[in-house]
Amino acid sequence: MKDFTQWEGFNGKRWKEKIDVRNFIKMNYTPYDGDASFLEGPTEATDKLWGKLQELQKEERAKGGVLDMETEVVTSLTAYGPGYIDEEMKDLETVVGLQTDKPLKRAFMPYGGIKMAEKACETYGYKVSDKIKDIFNNYEFKTHNQGVFDIYTPEMKVARHNKILTGLPDTYGRGRIVGDYRRVALYGIDALIEGKKKDFAASDRQGMRRYDFQLREEIADQIRALEGMKAMAQTYGFDISQPAKDAREAFQWLYFGYLAAIKTQNGAAMSVGRISTFLDIYIERDLKNGTLTEKEAQELVDHMVMKFRMVKFARIPSYNQLFSGDPVWATLEVAGMGIDGRHMVTKNDFRFLHTLEDMGPAPEPNLTVLYSSRLPENFKKYAANISITTSSIQYENDDVMRPVWGDDYSICCCVSATETGKEIQFFGARANLAKCLLYAINGGVDEKTKQQVGPEYQPITSEYLDYDEVVKKYDQMMDWLAHLYVGTLNMIHYMHDKYYYEAAEMALIDTKVDRSFATGIAGFSHVVDSLSAIKYAKVKAIRDEDGITTDFEVEGDFPRYGNDDDRADEIATNLLSTFLGKLKHIHTYRDSKPTTSILTITSNVVYGKATGSLPDGRKAGEPLAPGANPSYGAEQNGLLASLNSVAKLDYEDALDGISNTQTINPDALGHNDGERTDNLVHVLDGYFDQGAHHLNVNVFGKEKLIDAMEHPEKEEYANFTIRVSGYAVKFIDLTREQQMDVIARTCHAEM
Amino acid sequence: MEKKDIKGYVHSLESFGSVDGPGVRYVIFLSGCGMRCQFCHNPDTWKMGQGQEYTPAELLKKALRYKNYWGEKGGITVSGGEPLLQIDFLTEFFRLAKEAGVHTALDTSANPYTEKEPFYSKWQELMKYTDLVLLDIKQIDEEEHVKLTGCTNQNILAMAEKLSEMDKPVWIRHVLVPGGSDKDEYLHRLADFIHTLKNVERVEVLPYHTLGTFKWEKLGIPYPLEGVKPPTEERIRNAREILGAK
Repeated sequence: MKDFTQWEGFNGKRWKEKIDVRNFIKMNYTPYDGDASFLEGPTEATDKLWGKLQELQKEERAKGGVLDMETEVVTSLTAYGPGYIDEEMKDLETVVGLQTDKPLKRAFMPYGGIKMAEKACETYGYKVSDKIKDIFNNYEFKTHNQGVFDIYTPEMKVARHNKILTGLPDTYGRGRIVGDYRRVALYGIDALIEGKKKDFAASDRQGMRRYDFQLREEIADQIRALEGMKAMAQTYGFDISQPAKDAREAFQWLYFGYLAAIKTQNGAAMSVGRISTFLDIYIERDLKNGTLTEKEAQELVDHMVMKFRMVKFARIPSYNQLFSGDPVWATLEVAGMGIDGRHMVTKNDFRFLHTLEDMGPAPEPNLTVLYSSRLPENFKKYAANISITTSSIQYENDDVMRPVWGDDYSICCCVSATETGKEIQFFGARANLAKCLLYAINGGVDEKTKQQVGPEYQPITSEYLDYDEVVKKYDQMMDWLAHLYVGTLNMIHYMHDKYYYEAAEMALIDTKVDRSFATGIAGFSHVVDSLSAIKYAKVKAIRDEDGITTDFEVEGDFPRYGNDDDRADEIATNLLSTFLGKLKHIHTYRDSKPTTSILTITSNVVYGKATGSLPDGRKAGEPLAPGANPSYGAEQNGLLASLNSVAKLDYEDALDGISNTQTINPDALGHNDGERTDNLVHVLDGYFDQGAHHLNVNVFGKEKLIDAMEHPEKEEYANFTIRVSGYAVKFIDLTREQQMDVIARTCHAEM
Repeated sequence: MEKKDIKGYVHSLESFGSVDGPGVRYVIFLSGCGMRCQFCHNPDTWKMGQGQEYTPAELLKKALRYKNYWGEKGGITVSGGEPLLQIDFLTEFFRLAKEAGVHTALDTSANPYTEKEPFYSKWQELMKYTDLVLLDIKQIDEEEHVKLTGCTNQNILAMAEKLSEMDKPVWIRHVLVPGGSDKDEYLHRLADFIHTLKNVERVEVLPYHTLGTFKWEKLGIPYPLEGVKPPTEERIRNAREILGAK
């Protein structure tokens, strides 16, 4: 690669010879140990733009959640003209680019499935133009959704219908692919095209077969996407063929890379990745050269974050029930430790967290602190303080992720890590293990629909459940489920690659890419407590007239997960490793590496509705506990005992993530702000030093939630943000059912 | 019986205490209390000899699971009930905790305190292993104290003075009960008393709350403060000012 003048003042050689953003960062970043006193408030431009955006958000809510939708033109990199927050203020925007020609207007994205795209429009009173309908319905275009349903087996359809497999990405984009958007800024598009052309040439080999053809077609699509990005930037008056020459351009170039992704894909999670430290290098250079002030640097960060707060997709009601509050998981990481032993906190990490002060709390971007007790104290305290005042950030344990993913990984959805620019993930939603336990008891018959869904094994017929018998049958039923689950996902990802390939994101990722196969578990804590009840108490099966067990009576006490009691917690760790072991035995699409997660987003409410009564005392239809959280009411020894239980789960067994959400009453966190901050830092240190993976921290009282539910119109609740399993939402955007669930689960207050 | 075999009766455990002593604390609520404070929010801890039994070593092992979270300031707080009612157990427990390098705080009403033997020697032994005493003074006026708690306050004040003499770090805690202790006259007298002590690191005003009333109902005991509302923000501020509280 040639030595660009835009690189003047940057150190290092390796990253100039080949694409290697990590090396660039290592050679050039400036660790920051100081405190937050250098930070600047919002500029006048920021206040104006954010004011306008808040007006638009208010209007959006008043219109039932959608401000405007496209119905005439199918999205592409250049389908829609340039758009601005406000035409009259467009010169104030230091980072430009919208998904469509208007702010908060949702693009028409039919490739995941035309029926879903139509339905999304109809839900909000829009009608897709007949011309578009004709094109798609005449099968000139086939969608991902059609592809999958063409090849599903009857068994898969039944399992899906009965919701033992649930939330599958077969009607929407799978997402979770993070392009290395930094590459656009560091190298410019032309150098990236050059690199992909080399890869294309190298893929030519003797006796090429199907997989070679697939790869060559994908690279060709990637090159086309890169050309498209240039054209897209052109509509805003920028030439991004060359590297960015300063911080302003670096922010803009990088954002264009991300914009290309969200214009072409409507994945469930469209993460931004680990950009903070990278961008800080450009800011530092400009600050040193005297071409940028701290005020202007903060403005760049604020304006970019404003854009991340504006990402929108058209969704259908059933999707919104799963992932409530219109999330996009524009996840963005700060902090972390380097493999060389230096921490990676820069001033920019403070600036990104500071956006929550400059523009108030917000659910997006999904700000994630890559935590280690070895991070600088000043930073830890600042982050903890922002948690206390905004409840808008999450923490993930860098000390357990770094050994697996290196020190340049990004979080690709709510909590899952992938190595930036080198790896992608096949998102796999969830298998409902609680329902699977009921199938084991009922011989594969669904307790709600009475359909034979699983294999017709011998049901359990004894009055009182015998632990060994249940465990044996459960193991067999999990074998069946794991096979069916992986088989289903294989089909989904094959078709997604075929009909809805992420060319723009993949163009910013190495051609030789690693893939993980991310399955997930729902109902975790309930299975653990149910097995514990069967083992340590007496559980009587209550059967209906068809002989199906539909309820249970528990006699006696039993240990529950969430109390740091090894008797229950060992059931938990075993359950996880058992299920993962089964997944690992099955062939996965494109040789992806099977992983699993215990995270359920807000879908715990919907999953719960479809799940019958369980031996742990949870009644039919009640919400499941979210993620890896202990069940509601199970925790009898306070917050830290609960954290200790979750911390026992081995991250190696759930590399896709172990999500834990906790709410702490401010009065129970300390007498004053200083104490609260210190105490929260101690909680984080203590939890993560044990090898725990993730923690969502909310700090507020139940009263506030109840008031917000009753009075969503109050100004103070317009941006009231809370963390739920793996992401943040505006509380007032949740359905009432979910609000009730959140309130029921809140919170750790000391009497 | 050997010391290590002494059983303690534990009402409940809280793994995350942050307002009962400095930093993050493991709080142990022991069973049994001789006072009958009208505003008590834990009447379910009154009965002696109830709850889960632990030896000192067993309980310490449980507590040490949380050492990770304590940092430099945190540690263990024993509360109740009235922990001094199980002084043998408590002393052995704190002795082991100090051996393990843990900060120990005793949250007490001082009601069992007496300078008579055998209690007094035991108490002196306990103080060897106690880093901080959180001392409740519920009412400075003797007559009012009897009304409010059913007991005298003379031995409580005596213990405060003894701790001052020993220079043992103390946090004074005062529950502010409208109609009970929330009168300027009493607050000033309490402040005067506190000023005579030289070991007070902090004074805390705990506003009376009604979160524990359901427990009285559950236990079938008539609630004596029925209808009494928590103090207003203004009265709380007033009390904090007078007492020099944080």
